[in-house]
Amino acid sequence: MANVLAVVEQRGGKLRKVSREIVTAARQVADALGGSGSVDALVIGAPGVESAGLGAHGADRVLVAEDASFGRYAPDGYAATIAAQAKAGGYAAVVMAASATGKDLAPRVAVQLDVPLAADVTALAVEGGKVVATRPIYAGKVLQTLEMNATPALVAVRPNTFTPVDAAKAGQVSKVQAAVPAARVTVREVKEAPQGVLDVAEAPVVVSGGRGLKGPEHFVMLEDLARAFGNAAVGASRAVVDAGWRPHGEQVGQTGKTVSPTLYVAVGISGAIQHLAGMRTAKTIVAINKDKDAPIFKVADYGIVGDLFEIVPKLAEEVRRVRAS
Amino acid sequence: MAPRFTGVDFYGVEGLLGEDERAVRDTVRDWVEEQLLPVINESYLEGRFPKQLVPQMAELGFFGANLPEEYGCAGLNNVAYGLIMQELERGDSGVRSFASVQGALVMYPIYAFGSEEQKQHYLPQLASGELIGCFGLTEPDFGSNPAGMITTARETKDGWVLNGAKMWITNGSTADVAIIWAKTGDSKDPSSIRGFIVPTKSKGFTAKDQKGKLSLRASDTSELVLENVQVPRDALLPKSDGIKSPLMCLTQARYGIAWGGVGAAMACYHEALSYARQRVMFGKPIASYQIQQERLADMLTGITQGQLLVLQLGRLKDAGTMTPQQVSLAKRSNVNLACECAREARRLLGANGILIEYSAMRHMANMESVYTYEGTHDMHTLILGEAITGIAAYS
Amino acid sequence: MKIAVCVKRVPDTETRIKIGGGGGSGTGIDEAGVKFILNPYDEFAVEEALQRKDKAGTGEIVVITVGGDAAQETIRTALAMGADRGVLLKADAIPADGLAVAKALAAELKAGGYDLILCGKLAVDDANHQVGVMVAELLGLPCVSSAAKIEWGEGTAVAEREVEGGIEVVAFALPAVVTCEKGLNTPRYPALKGIMAAKKKPIEVKPAQLGPARVAVRSLTLPPERKEGRIVGEGPAAVAELVKLLQTEAKVL
Repeated sequence: MANVLAVVEQRGGKLRKVSREIVTAARQVADALGGSGSVDALVIGAPGVESAGLGAHGADRVLVAEDASFGRYAPDGYAATIAAQAKAGGYAAVVMAASATGKDLAPRVAVQLDVPLAADVTALAVEGGKVVATRPIYAGKVLQTLEMNATPALVAVRPNTFTPVDAAKAGQVSKVQAAVPAARVTVREVKEAPQGVLDVAEAPVVVSGGRGLKGPEHFVMLEDLARAFGNAAVGASRAVVDAGWRPHGEQVGQTGKTVSPTLYVAVGISGAIQHLAGMRTAKTIVAINKDKDAPIFKVADYGIVGDLFEIVPKLAEEVRRVRAS
Repeated sequence: MAPRFTGVDFYGVEGLLGEDERAVRDTVRDWVEEQLLPVINESYLEGRFPKQLVPQMAELGFFGANLPEEYGCAGLNNVAYGLIMQELERGDSGVRSFASVQGALVMYPIYAFGSEEQKQHYLPQLASGELIGCFGLTEPDFGSNPAGMITTARETKDGWVLNGAKMWITNGSTADVAIIWAKTGDSKDPSSIRGFIVPTKSKGFTAKDQKGKLSLRASDTSELVLENVQVPRDALLPKSDGIKSPLMCLTQARYGIAWGGVGAAMACYHEALSYARQRVMFGKPIASYQIQQERLADMLTGITQGQLLVLQLGRLKDAGTMTPQQVSLAKRSNVNLACECAREARRLLGANGILIEYSAMRHMANMESVYTYEGTHDMHTLILGEAITGIAAYS
Repeated sequence: MKIAVCVKRVPDTETRIKIGGGGGSGTGIDEAGVKFILNPYDEFAVEEALQRKDKAGTGEIVVITVGGDAAQETIRTALAMGADRGVLLKADAIPADGLAVAKALAAELKAGGYDLILCGKLAVDDANHQVGVMVAELLGLPCVSSAAKIEWGEGTAVAEREVEGGIEVVAFALPAVVTCEKGLNTPRYPALKGIMAAKKKPIEVKPAQLGPARVAVRSLTLPPERKEGRIVGEGPAAVAELVKLLQTEAKVL
């Protein structure tokens, strides 16, 4: 029986959206491995951490490891806990997220389990009994397919890629032991971004601005458009980040974040290769630019040529109208 | 906008360079891309040399880079020096002119004709950019014929007094020191020409920028006037000896300029190619059309020829066998190449090609100055003619 | 202060990448005409080491890489920036398994007595984003990854790293491993004098003690081409049509 461990994520005691994606991916692998393997979701947090609702996407069991020191990310404790559970459970695969935390945590788990790690995975399959992971390399220009030859197969999936599916399972919650070794690093605090600001790498809709905005003061127009969509984050091209108009955390592109939103709206962005590398896997791309020959129009599904200062406010208005109706 | 420049290398010239030569080229290439290109358009339109870049250029060792380490210089070979000029010109000819003047026309004469004290005093400060220099040879009525100059230096009790005027002097208005060439003897006697290190703050020395330039706008080009400028005895460059001394300096600068021509040509080619791939007309990228392909083929041919030409020239210089006539051939050929590449790139870019956003027309305008200065194209033609036939077709 | 910086020679991702290599099996890239550079994220690591040494007024910076002979040029770039000496852990091929690479680096670093080990957060070719953290875990050292800002104290430090919706502030003590994110500092250009000086700095070459490689590259493929899109119209007049398409055709609204 090939069971899969899904290591989900929480913040402030609440499960993060990516947890549903992790469980979905784990379910996908468990089903592909055959033999009716089960999916165990592992929740790590402070006492009282949320654990409900993971059954809906395919978790047979939900294992909760609690410790007072686990309220914030505790790298050493989290890694030791995951490793202990993975060893105890004899899993065929362990699925994590390649989120900010996951990118830090998964390599530690890999060493503790002494298995390789496939990071930033965008597709999973099972071939010849082996877990096969596909991931983008060379700034997304090439897809690499890896055969995982150790057990458990440890993978970290890219957020916003494994669309959560409904696969109702029991999701039976039980407590497990937390491993709490001496902490070698301590997360003192998390300085929260201003309220209601979605992260560019996780938002389903990203509205991105480039040099065409002509100045930092005009980004309020995009912030308004983001509000009109309701669940959007504001992104930025490298040029405007380098110019100091927007923070680095919003940069989309090769040296910024790679995003896979459902909808990506590129405003006043010409579409340099480095930028495209960061967003070309978005489901739908819209481009607004005054230059009809801008390279962005080659990758956009829909484009409007014209003055963004006239188009964007109109777009915000229209989106609000349609969403309200 | 063109993507980041990654070189033009149809014949694998990269493999003929040493690791450190490549590393030098890469430092300058990256610096030009990241520090110079973002500011050059504004400087060019304003007609202002981007002086704020001097400290970083100095810190990285761009000035007098082929002079010895003991004087605070990088001690590079001449191929590496050439690569610096190539990459700077890819950025802008005006900025490369600054480096050429500082290195080949100010630091070099001090190194070649100066006393040990002069070398120890001036070279490190010029290398570090603390002092900026200019080269005063050309006069209002004596360009191609510098031997005819009328600036004089007369010996006095304590030193020398200089009188005269110089024109088209790069860095003139910002320089701290000027290397002034003047006749110490009869006005018809070029063998009496000597070089002097003249502090520009000296009484009687004025420098004024020449206005209205339509070329080399990101460079300071000045008139110098010397009215009874008194300098101490030790201002004389003791080993300077006749017209051949400033000509030796020019040979140094012209060598660098031959490399620069390749740089400007590469910049224009890279921009034209990137544009041709993206610009769509009649439903296809213009790179699909025969005439544009011919333009690009001609540019690439010229660049490839130019690259191999200066690489061999650099190896000859390092071996100590390079002749001024060989430099004439390279300067004449590569600068002409750059003029043509710039013009053809400008045409390929269509209407967009007249905008400052695209570099072709700026290079095109700049290269007209480079065609004329440091020995006009025509002068180098006659130098070669004499070298070939043994007959001087000029008096 | 003894600092180790782990670096990697990577293709310049500005150049066009073609699948080829791997003995014709299509599991590598075609290296002809590809320019190789010091991994940009490793530049932040080298710069941070240089700044630490400049601040302390003394110290030694050792640059370590796993690779073939050509990787010496990459080490020399770091030496030209100001590092003191290099170590090439020679391997014919770099395994796709980051853990195997981390084991080779850890074996070299173990007895080095380093106060600080710096790496880039990821290498721009395979973007595995793991070797630095794995090295720390193998050595039992504190580790902060993707540090965008570091405040150094006496034997301790506080780093900031971006997380979704915020900035995580992490405290740790030295010796430690830190992987560097863009924005940590501004890497200096290798000065021309530095390039010349680097020629004389020593690079030790020894065989890499790679761990077993337990991932195999099955294939490299190109991502699917996006279906061609279209320009919906011009100016604000086209907005209504666009929104309608987003709703009915793309179904994203």
